Amino acid sequence: MRFYEYEAKALFARHGAPLLRGRLAHTAAEAKTIAAEIGGAVVLKSQVLTGGRMKAGGVKFADTPEQAETAATAILELEINGQKPRGVLVEQRAGVAQEYFAAVTWDGRRKLPVLVFSDMGGIDIEEVAETHPEHVAQVHLSTLVPFSPFKAKEAVAAVGVTGDDLTRLTPIVASLVEVFLRYDLTLAEINPLGKTTDGRFLVLDGHVDLEAEARDKHAKLLTELGIGKEETRQARPPTRFEIRGAEVDASDHRGVAGNVVEFDGDLGLVIGAGGGSLTLFDAIRKHGGRPANYCEIGGNPSVKKACELTKLILSKPGVKKIAVMMNVVSNTRVDIVARGVIKGCVESGRDPADTIAIFRIPGAWEDDGFKILGKYRVEYCDRTVSMFEAARRAVAKMQAA
Amino acid sequence: MSILIHRDATFIVQGITGREAVNLTRECLDYGSKIVGGVTPGRAGRDVYGVPVHDCVRDITAKTHVDGSVVTVPPRFTRDAVFEAIEAGVKLLVIVTERIPRGEVAQMVELARLRGARIIGPNCLGILSPEEAKMGGLGGPAVNVRRAFRKGPIGVMSRSGGMTTEICNTLSAAGLGQSTAVSIGGDAIIGSSYAELMPLFEADPETKAIVIYSEPGGRMEAELADWVRENRSRLPIVAFMAGRFMDEMPGMRFGHAGTIVEGKADTTADKIERMKAAGISVAERIEDIPALVKERL
Repeated sequence: MRFYEYEAKALFARHGAPLLRGRLAHTAAEAKTIAAEIGGAVVLKSQVLTGGRMKAGGVKFADTPEQAETAATAILELEINGQKPRGVLVEQRAGVAQEYFAAVTWDGRRKLPVLVFSDMGGIDIEEVAETHPEHVAQVHLSTLVPFSPFKAKEAVAAVGVTGDDLTRLTPIVASLVEVFLRYDLTLAEINPLGKTTDGRFLVLDGHVDLEAEARDKHAKLLTELGIGKEETRQARPPTRFEIRGAEVDASDHRGVAGNVVEFDGDLGLVIGAGGGSLTLFDAIRKHGGRPANYCEIGGNPSVKKACELTKLILSKPGVKKIAVMMNVVSNTRVDIVARGVIKGCVESGRDPADTIAIFRIPGAWEDDGFKILGKYRVEYCDRTVSMFEAARRAVAKMQAA
Repeated sequence: MSILIHRDATFIVQGITGREAVNLTRECLDYGSKIVGGVTPGRAGRDVYGVPVHDCVRDITAKTHVDGSVVTVPPRFTRDAVFEAIEAGVKLLVIVTERIPRGEVAQMVELARLRGARIIGPNCLGILSPEEAKMGGLGGPAVNVRRAFRKGPIGVMSRSGGMTTEICNTLSAAGLGQSTAVSIGGDAIIGSSYAELMPLFEADPETKAIVIYSEPGGRMEAELADWVRENRSRLPIVAFMAGRFMDEMPGMRFGHAGTIVEGKADTTADKIERMKAAGISVAERIEDIPALVKERL
């Protein structure tokens, strides 16, 4: 769950990281007021959850409050990668002599947090690591032994920083590590970490990603930072269809009808579980099918849940048929899913035989399930028909319709 | 033979009185597994299908040899339960629970390393050695397990629990049984990756080939490719890669917690290329797996 820059900076500041003067403006008039308060040159930055801000024109400089107002007007209207800005961050402009990079993230192979520090900040760190490996330090951190600032010092010193710069940088980098560990972050990054012409170190830009699983644990922090419970912070905001999908899943604690994602096709998918859905979605596309949605059912959903999910998918304009498919199941009951999807068709005023292109869920209670499907003349198959072949049959039926 | 578990392996179930744990206990007992105790704090004295419930792991380890533990407690209690088992000397932990923040998973893994214990999962269905034992919910009720799993020479590792069964079913139908199938878990950080389990399969004389199920996200497939290259493995490997559509959808999470494309190395295209370069066969469809295995046996 990604934070906006102003939220990341607010989090860093709580733990003592030095920031430039400034704050978030929601309107151009507010930006003008903030610029006047700061006095002198300011920088205005669009608050979006995507990269490429500078290139897109989302960062502007101003010398007077009037200029700041004009710049803010342009930034607030500018969409970047399809995202409308949350606001514009107005900050004092500092003379920067050098830029550093500091980040903490997870090393999936070592299964430990890793602190990465470089004296070549502001540019792509992976590129620096390849072209100038001696300018990138990596220090792994224990999750059991309490963190101690010498680890930060070692990372900073490893790229050749010494003297006052070392003693000034160490506490800033150490506080970044503390924030990462304390709040279950998956990324805490200061880039650039600037050294001003008068020798101060400042957080110029910051990135924070909080692990979705840790949201509840840190609910208090999120409230304090003004992050609402409804904000999913995915790569794109949820559609109405997706919000209703989440409501279906939340309506009943039995089983999962999760991760409903909208696509623009005409074949509705009631698929599962985690890996099965990935496999089946690929298979539908491979056969030239156009999915209307993605979803993951599993964990033995109730008849009601399967029914409501089916109704939601059938309510999407342009959806002609649905394919109901899973890998061989062991904990989900085939008969219950069969009942649910048939009920969903009937309650939507559709004939199950015509609407369900294929039913391929083999496994627990399949005989009972197949009996029900047979009664409603729905085409079904057992485990001797592969997931790929079932997907082919579904797509062929769509194309013939 | 098999890896990790065998017919005489003893294990306990932590959180045994929970709804899913009760089912899992029944399924494992029906399949012949030796469950020597269960733990739910405050419930000592009860039993679940004849398995005595205790308050502490040590209440069981003090009297009986315990090879492993299946941990199925709510996410906020999982770390504590795993620490308790490791400190009581249990060497194999199967963590079923999902939605544990990775910082806590890393702590469990770090403690396991210090104590010489192994973790499978979290967010997994466990381990199954056909005709030997089943440790976890993998394959479901014993009657369903017998339909999908057969004893044989193939080691299976999968990031998806459900697809472990689908793949084993496909292999069994083609006459290829399994030595051990491991649902390794769907999280970004898990106790045992493909590469970390390979030495075990390598040391098992009955395992003749490996099949893996993989997904976008993480570096586990790259790690396996490196391992194969560095260790001149005797075992041919066939991989199936799901979630190819995700290459075009960076930043979106599908399937499992660890399944997200954030950089080039997370894409299926990149993983497939790395695996092929290391000599791993990549199947386009699940039903192509048996032929690819037979070609290389």
